[in-house]
Amino acid sequence: MKAKTQEEPVEKVTSEEYKYGFVTDIEADSAPAGLNEDIIRFISHKKKEPQFLLNWRLKAYGQWLKMKTPEWAFVQYPPIDYQDIVYYSAPKAGPKSLAEVDPEVLKTFEKLGVPMEERAMLAGVAVDAVFDSVSVGTTFKKKLGEMGVIFCSFSEAVQEHPELIEQYLGSVVPYNDNFYATLNSAVFTDGSFCYIPKGVRCPMELSTYFRINAAKTGQFERTLLIADEGAYVSYLEGCTAPMRDENQLHAAVVELVAMKNAEIKYSTVQNWYPGDKEGKGGIYNFVTKRGACRGENSKISWTQVETGSAITWKYPSCILQGDNSVGEFYSVAVVNNMQQADTGTKMIHLGKNTKSTIVSKGISAGKGQNTYRGLVRIQPAAENAHNFTQCDSLLMGDKCGAHTVPYIEVKNNSAKVGHEASTSKIGEDQIFYCQQRGLSKEDAVNLIVNGFCKEVFRKLPMEFAVEAQKLLSVSLEGSVG
Amino acid sequence: MLVIKGLKAKVEDKQILNGIDLEIRSGEVHAIMGPNGSGKSTLAHVLSGRPGYEITGGEVTLDGKDLLSLSPEDRARAGVFLAFQYPVEIPGVNNTYFLKAALNAVRKSKGEEELDAMDFLELVKAKLKPLKMDEAMLQRAVNEGFSGGEKKKNEILQMAVLEPKLGILDETDSGLDIDALKVVADGVNALRSKNRSFLVVTHYQRLLDYIVPDQVHVLAKGKIIKTGGKELALELEEKGYGWLTGEKEEAKR
Repeated sequence: MKAKTQEEPVEKVTSEEYKYGFVTDIEADSAPAGLNEDIIRFISHKKKEPQFLLNWRLKAYGQWLKMKTPEWAFVQYPPIDYQDIVYYSAPKAGPKSLAEVDPEVLKTFEKLGVPMEERAMLAGVAVDAVFDSVSVGTTFKKKLGEMGVIFCSFSEAVQEHPELIEQYLGSVVPYNDNFYATLNSAVFTDGSFCYIPKGVRCPMELSTYFRINAAKTGQFERTLLIADEGAYVSYLEGCTAPMRDENQLHAAVVELVAMKNAEIKYSTVQNWYPGDKEGKGGIYNFVTKRGACRGENSKISWTQVETGSAITWKYPSCILQGDNSVGEFYSVAVVNNMQQADTGTKMIHLGKNTKSTIVSKGISAGKGQNTYRGLVRIQPAAENAHNFTQCDSLLMGDKCGAHTVPYIEVKNNSAKVGHEASTSKIGEDQIFYCQQRGLSKEDAVNLIVNGFCKEVFRKLPMEFAVEAQKLLSVSLEGSVG
Repeated sequence: MLVIKGLKAKVEDKQILNGIDLEIRSGEVHAIMGPNGSGKSTLAHVLSGRPGYEITGGEVTLDGKDLLSLSPEDRARAGVFLAFQYPVEIPGVNNTYFLKAALNAVRKSKGEEELDAMDFLELVKAKLKPLKMDEAMLQRAVNEGFSGGEKKKNEILQMAVLEPKLGILDETDSGLDIDALKVVADGVNALRSKNRSFLVVTHYQRLLDYIVPDQVHVLAKGKIIKTGGKELALELEEKGYGWLTGEKEEAKR
């Protein structure tokens, strides 16, 4: 006992030293908390990155120092101490078996019908304890490789295909785009990379799911997806099982590039931990997602189901550069308890005959606040551009809120832009009608909510849609009556 | 089958039902008639468990089982079906899907096996025919954009699929033209059986030309003031309700 107390002051001094100009130990597994150029060099070195990437990170960092946290979104949270975040750490060992996993999490898996063999992996049980999921991934990878499809972790791509990274990284979301994207550019640790070569129709839905086994991506995720001329890919991100993470702040960047005649379908189900009923401990999800329809007749379609996170700040957007290109955004955003979501899209029409469709369904329950924020911009050169926007809000109870903030900027008179919005309250009479036919109150609410979201769910790949429906019912459990 | 004894109910502070006594035996069709505001629809709602009503007295049993203590869905599962005066729209929910979910909820509660999509489709198509309903209606969202006639037919279709013990028709004739009325009435008549009873709530006699009741009850100010055979409906058609409500007032004095 005595020895221990004597050691304490020594520890304190050494740890305090960190704060004031230390040199990072290159061989360490983790960086200390805080952000400075050394840390960025450390990350880049750890990942054995080429010089151009380090330069890019440093440029972003320099820019970030001059930037301010955006305050226009309709969300509230205490200021984030960026010097209190650990920007690089070796993956932590998870629980050794399902028996060590929080029973609440297991219960949710049960409700969602997550297959037994997937539960361990989702709960973060050490990979080698999970039977064979890795080999499944390997099989897929081989098949994809034969078609020339590159699908790997971002770090791997940096090593194997640095020329593609150099060409496309930051070409859709520049390093100085916005506060969170710039922070991500400086400190991102991993993510996904995907390249579909000319004329290839990717034969399967690509999912981050297989890759997550291999590497935990951490809080600053970077995804880059390129569909070359005439290529097609459907990409699934996230999963419906509740994702817990020790890191409160998540600032991911996703960049999509669609060349001539290419099509990218990007579907997301986001179910990060939303915090407890008082909103404590939930994830802040500040994401920048943007796709560029570079070539003629290209198409990018975003479909998202957002049920998790304490705060969601996210605007998957399309830059419709190529003539006749098409952008789509289909979204379901659910807030319950103390959750806040400020989400929507930007459709920037640059090319001729470009078309965009926006369908946003917001569901608010508990004390949740849900904001749709969208921009439709028709630039002068965009002859004959079309946009249709539909924004529907469903309220459950009388303590929640729904807000719609559409921006429309038209600089070409030939444009056709349509906006429809509705707000409705889930009806007692609808619920009673269902009950009178034998359905329980909970089933009635699920049925009504799923009906409300149908247009979006229809855009999801079949299996994902079924999972998303279940997810919604779990997220809204007990929110009526 | 259905026994109502001294049933009293109020909405907010307003007493609507003032002690209803009524017994419907298996296979019987009873009509409830009465002027506006007499409590006809309230009776239908209270029996099916609609929220917003407070039961202030009396009891209701279905086959000896207390109904009033059950949730609306448990009443439905026990065999109470309410054909709504204003069927509710549920946007985005496929009519077939809705009906299948309802039927399976009822079957499950009885310990019966749930039907899969194929078997269900076969069943529902068979029930559709006598109602002269277009199959395309099955693929539309529940009641969304349905005409008045389509909505009422859809109610009868649901009843045909769910096969309740007690069918309560709440002003089913309202908003129907004569052709649709006939189709709906035929649909109900086809469901009449010795194991099924009906309570037909209506303001007008004309529905009872097609759905011929065993008994007619006149409701006024929340009480049954007269009971008779099917002729009573004709008499009401001729004389209106005034002579009855007037008669009651005289009797009081």
